[in-house]
Amino acid sequence: MSEVKYSKEHEWIKLEGDVATIGITKHATEMLGDIVFAELPEKGSNVEKDGTAGVVESTKAASDVYTPVSGEVVDTNQEIVDDPSKINQDPENSAWFFKLKIKDKSEMDSLMNKDDYDKFAKENNT
Amino acid sequence: MGTKKTSLYQLHQDCNAKFVEFAGYHMPIQYSEGIVEEHKFTRNHSGIFDVSHMGQLFIYGGEELIKDLEKIFPLDLKNLKLNHSKYSFLMDKDAGIQDDLIITKIDEGFLIILNAACKDNDFKILKELLKEKYKMVLDENRSLIAIQGPKSSQILNELVDGVKDLNFMSGNWFLFDNQKVYITRSGYTGEDGFEISILNNYADKLTRELINKGSKLAGLGARDTLRLEAGLCLYGHDLDKDKTPVEANLKWAISKERISKGDFIGSDIIIKQLNDGVTKIRVGIKPEGRIIAREKTKIFNQSDVHIGEITSGTFGPSVNGPVAMGYVENEFSKKNTKVFLEVRGKKYAANICSLPFYKKSYVKGVNQ
Repeated sequence: MSEVKYSKEHEWIKLEGDVATIGITKHATEMLGDIVFAELPEKGSNVEKDGTAGVVESTKAASDVYTPVSGEVVDTNQEIVDDPSKINQDPENSAWFFKLKIKDKSEMDSLMNKDDYDKFAKENNT
Repeated sequence: MGTKKTSLYQLHQDCNAKFVEFAGYHMPIQYSEGIVEEHKFTRNHSGIFDVSHMGQLFIYGGEELIKDLEKIFPLDLKNLKLNHSKYSFLMDKDAGIQDDLIITKIDEGFLIILNAACKDNDFKILKELLKEKYKMVLDENRSLIAIQGPKSSQILNELVDGVKDLNFMSGNWFLFDNQKVYITRSGYTGEDGFEISILNNYADKLTRELINKGSKLAGLGARDTLRLEAGLCLYGHDLDKDKTPVEANLKWAISKERISKGDFIGSDIIIKQLNDGVTKIRVGIKPEGRIIAREKTKIFNQSDVHIGEITSGTFGPSVNGPVAMGYVENEFSKKNTKVFLEVRGKKYAANICSLPFYKKSYVKGVNQ
């Protein structure tokens, strides 16, 4: 079974082989409100753990999207760029942001599992 | 002094409002359906906005008050009919805008609606300018409820018979629950609508009845996207002390008759700017893609010269794209001028455009 982990910046990451799919959590979308703009990293570019790898904007404000692990961007989800409201509708499934070919699987170790993240999100409800 | 609550605070909570502190008040930024839905519901049906944080200043007086207020506001107040309203500004001697406001002629004097963040300072300024000759009340006992959108007239008229016959920018006293309420046909969303001044104790009841009739609460977030699509200025962002009404492209609000006399505060600068032109001016700006250019975004011309700055920018739900306003050097203010907006270090193409972004007639019976 593939493993889903969560970051303190409210991204989820699902690892299948050495390819990780990354998006933002439902909790993040609830804090942001209606998402009306999404910017993704370029395919073929390299991103570093905890670095910015995109932007989402609500009607109110812009927020950076961080990558919880390092790697090469192998795919991006154009559907959420064309219709950012999809991120609010299905954030942890079809509205993924980008896929990485990851460099170092051990970077996953410091991330939270679902129970820990849910607890973290509840405590950091700002 | 703690953060204040309006008389609708409990209702906001009951409707799952997210609160923000705004001008010293706990105000709802949005409810559970979110800004985009609240915005669209207002455009298509009817939205209710708690604007009780805004100042309701009553100044009592007759002919002499009219003369004294004409020294302050660039308005032809002696010809302002009873229960009619005008948009105006409080300026300093350099014509810098200290607040923008709506002034209505009422029986005993004038009612002036002021921005929440400015109201206490406005009161002080006006008291000094009027040399304490008149009774002035910044009424904290009244709430202000706006109902906006095409179904608002029908909905409000079910509760307050006769409001549907009001003309745009005029008002009157009506009865709700045997209480006197002052209702004007006005608003700040680009939609037909009303603002209701009502005693605090009755505001909750009125609002709940409006909701029962099919209107829905909308927060400050939707109010901001609605007013920006309508090309309307937000004080503290699009207007401030460093901008004059001519620079803000609001010269339509200055009485021509009063300009010819030139005897109001700031009139020297206004007349000079009307004759000689201005160096910067407020324009509408439409980014070409989906990129949102927010307040303080720098504007460049095609030769990469910095020519201005965005003062308000967001995503317009009815336009279904980004919209912005800002100030540019006058020579770049023509419609369809191509400009570039610097967002997160990159430059994006945009065009100067006319305002509003979203057009709708305020006049009843006109096809929309």
